[in-house]
Amino acid sequence: MADISKTNRRDFLKLAATATGGLFIGFYWSGCDSPKMQVLSNEEILAKVTDFNSFLSITPDGDIVIYSPNPELGQNIKTSFPMVVAEELDADWARVRVLQANLDTDKFERQLTGGSGAMPHSWERLRKAGATARDLLLTAAATRLEVDKNSLTTEKGVIYHKSSGKKLNYGEVVLDAAQLEAPEEVIFKDPKDFKIIGTPIKNVDNKDIFTGKPLFGLDFYREGMLHAMVQRPPFGMKIKSVDDSEARNVSGIQEVFVYDNNVALVGSSTWPIMKAKKLLKISYEPEGNVESTADHDRIFKELLDSKDARVMREDGNVEVAFKNASKVITSEYQCPFLSHSPMEPMNFFAHVKEDHVELIGPTQTPDSARVQTADLLGIPKENISVEITRLGGGFGRRLRADYVLEAVQISKKMNAPVKVTWSREDDMTGGAYRPAVRYRFSAALDVEGNMIGYKLRGVGMNAGNSVRQDNFPSGAVENVLIENVNYESSVTTNAWRAPITNFLAYAEQSFLDEVAHEVQKDPVKFRLDLLQKAKSSPVGSVNYDVDRMIGVIKDVAEKSNWGKNSNVKQGFSVYFSHRSYVAQVANIEMENNQPVLKKIIATTDCGIVVNPTGANHQVRGGIVDGMGHAMFGNLTFENGLPKQKNFDSYRLIRMKEVPEVELHYVDSGYDPTGLGEPALPPTGGAIANAIFAATGRRLRSQPFVEQKEYSDMNLEIRRG
Amino acid sequence: MANYNLRINGKKYEVDVEEDTPLLWVLRDHLGLVGTKYSCGIAQCGACTVHINGEATFSCVLPVSSIGDDKVTTIEGLSEDGDHPVQNAWNEIDVAQCGYCQAGQIMNAASFLNKNPKPTLDEIDDAMNRNICRCGTYHKIREAVALATKTK
Repeated sequence: MADISKTNRRDFLKLAATATGGLFIGFYWSGCDSPKMQVLSNEEILAKVTDFNSFLSITPDGDIVIYSPNPELGQNIKTSFPMVVAEELDADWARVRVLQANLDTDKFERQLTGGSGAMPHSWERLRKAGATARDLLLTAAATRLEVDKNSLTTEKGVIYHKSSGKKLNYGEVVLDAAQLEAPEEVIFKDPKDFKIIGTPIKNVDNKDIFTGKPLFGLDFYREGMLHAMVQRPPFGMKIKSVDDSEARNVSGIQEVFVYDNNVALVGSSTWPIMKAKKLLKISYEPEGNVESTADHDRIFKELLDSKDARVMREDGNVEVAFKNASKVITSEYQCPFLSHSPMEPMNFFAHVKEDHVELIGPTQTPDSARVQTADLLGIPKENISVEITRLGGGFGRRLRADYVLEAVQISKKMNAPVKVTWSREDDMTGGAYRPAVRYRFSAALDVEGNMIGYKLRGVGMNAGNSVRQDNFPSGAVENVLIENVNYESSVTTNAWRAPITNFLAYAEQSFLDEVAHEVQKDPVKFRLDLLQKAKSSPVGSVNYDVDRMIGVIKDVAEKSNWGKNSNVKQGFSVYFSHRSYVAQVANIEMENNQPVLKKIIATTDCGIVVNPTGANHQVRGGIVDGMGHAMFGNLTFENGLPKQKNFDSYRLIRMKEVPEVELHYVDSGYDPTGLGEPALPPTGGAIANAIFAATGRRLRSQPFVEQKEYSDMNLEIRRG
Repeated sequence: MANYNLRINGKKYEVDVEEDTPLLWVLRDHLGLVGTKYSCGIAQCGACTVHINGEATFSCVLPVSSIGDDKVTTIEGLSEDGDHPVQNAWNEIDVAQCGYCQAGQIMNAASFLNKNPKPTLDEIDDAMNRNICRCGTYHKIREAVALATKTK
């Protein structure tokens, strides 16, 4: 149904006509007391990217330029955002050109990539931008043609007056539209009339990506720029002494200096610095906890019994429930540290000048990089510009600005433009990992096999909260106790694609599978029964929509022929995270007594699917990522340093290790939610539960390939 | 430092670098050909794949001194207008997510299809297994290679 949206006129309309005949209509995202007019010609708009002061422009030629405010790291936002604007504008997509916006939080409000949050945040704003522009063009056309505005229709950038047969291109009336006041309210399209949203639109950067154009931060070069690398200390250590004599002798090295417990090497190109870095002789001494994986394992076990757990949720009385239970099941699950390892290692360009700092590179949080730079240098953030390059992956690693500040410090010291590059080894040993975590689950069952009590205690590292206490099965169980114990590790940690839930979902979905098998209920029916209870007599408040969760469960059960073929051993998993619902089934077929993982079927409810190609990419990619790390990912520590330093020992999933993936969507009609993360959490559970169905072996730790239960099961992964 | 005359993408280049400098860094830091990517530096991921006399090769471990008269082709020189059948297939299938590994994937696929124009899906998997895609676009890569065999 089409609905009317109130616009705050101050919010986004800016109009201007230029001396040279070019014109644009611009839209600001957020409130602005005195709208500024910007006068630019068409050529200037296209040429002077950094000076362009608006979100959407239409030239007299009918070309449309849309700025994409958020960092692009493969989530396809640079394509899907403009699709929404173009839809409400009724633009001809072939005439749309998309440009990456630089950091400007006055104009764009939210410019970050994280939490799968961009689309839900901007959906309505993007529609307003497009619908307002269309409304103004219609008003201008109605005046020009001397007809009633309501008798006009639009299609692909053309305004039609059906009864007279007259038509005008958007470009022809844009000058007139420039004179008009923005409407108080605009009418959004009925989703059933969408022509661009819901169709597969190709990535707007395809040509540049496939011909090797310099898109990424690491590709940025500037005349006179110096290159730099940094040797960082092991976690919990500080520098005792540095012998850089050999490093300085490498041809091409300009400077080696110590700062903030790091050793920086500066030179004219990358290779000499890589060589010199290996020649540094640095001795370290402990400054705090110098940890190894064995310490983490011990700490987890100790803290699971800690008396100082923080209660995150308590419903009913678990003590009584567990005392009255006819059966209690308890299991523990653990995962290791993981590296983010985007294919493009960390890097950034900085030029610290007297009155201005220029920052250019790949960051998920450009504003945070700017603010931290301002704090570090003690200058106003207005004196800092940030240009956002394409990101060669992020996975949460580029939420941190540590590598940006390195470039800033070295540029300041050298008084020159500097690009800092991390080697792969730097990237893997330089910190900010997905932390290891251990969970203990307990279920109290009555004589009929009903789950009358549920306990979860998580021991997390630097995570604050390692549980998601208001997520399923909370709401469906009478007596619940969910607790967290936090350990502060000297190893730096950070959000990693689907923070916390990237492992919690597997542990929980695997434990629920254990309980279902224990009470001899079908794992799908077991969950549906719990959800029915959460619907009919909910316990406490929850963060998920029961019907939407039931929707994806039923759909994936149907699409996967759940339980219908005894030759196919199936594992089920469902999870709600980042506002979207994803249910998955993994299929293992027995061939000559050998289990073969052949297929993963997923059903997603992310509301309206904006771009089917992009959505499939995110869901399929999330499944491959979730599977790869559940199967192989393992970063272990010895004396404060990761033992795995590159892809020869840190195993990432490859082409021959992916099964077939089949994707479905529930058309729930809700406004679209993000997909960068939600498909990843359920995957490990679906696979582990399928492995149990096929082999009777329960995998309670990751990575699967390193568990003793896995070692002799000869699991093969093969598509089809 | 020594002088090297290189034949890259049909053009002649002269560079003055240390003899152990990998071709990857000669391309990126000295010749401005940044389409060839650095990711692991130890011949594990394939992001740096170029053609040496048509053969897919990891440029991150190939010293410039070993190239001699060999013909080097990078992603920038794979086709005049970005319309090599493999590039076309990559666009048609819309393969990329972040895109960082894709130049290496395309170079590997192009060399592979030159030697084996009608591969089976298993042969495609074997050939492409040497390139890592952290975003997990493997299904689309397989589809695109298969499409390129038909459009060649």
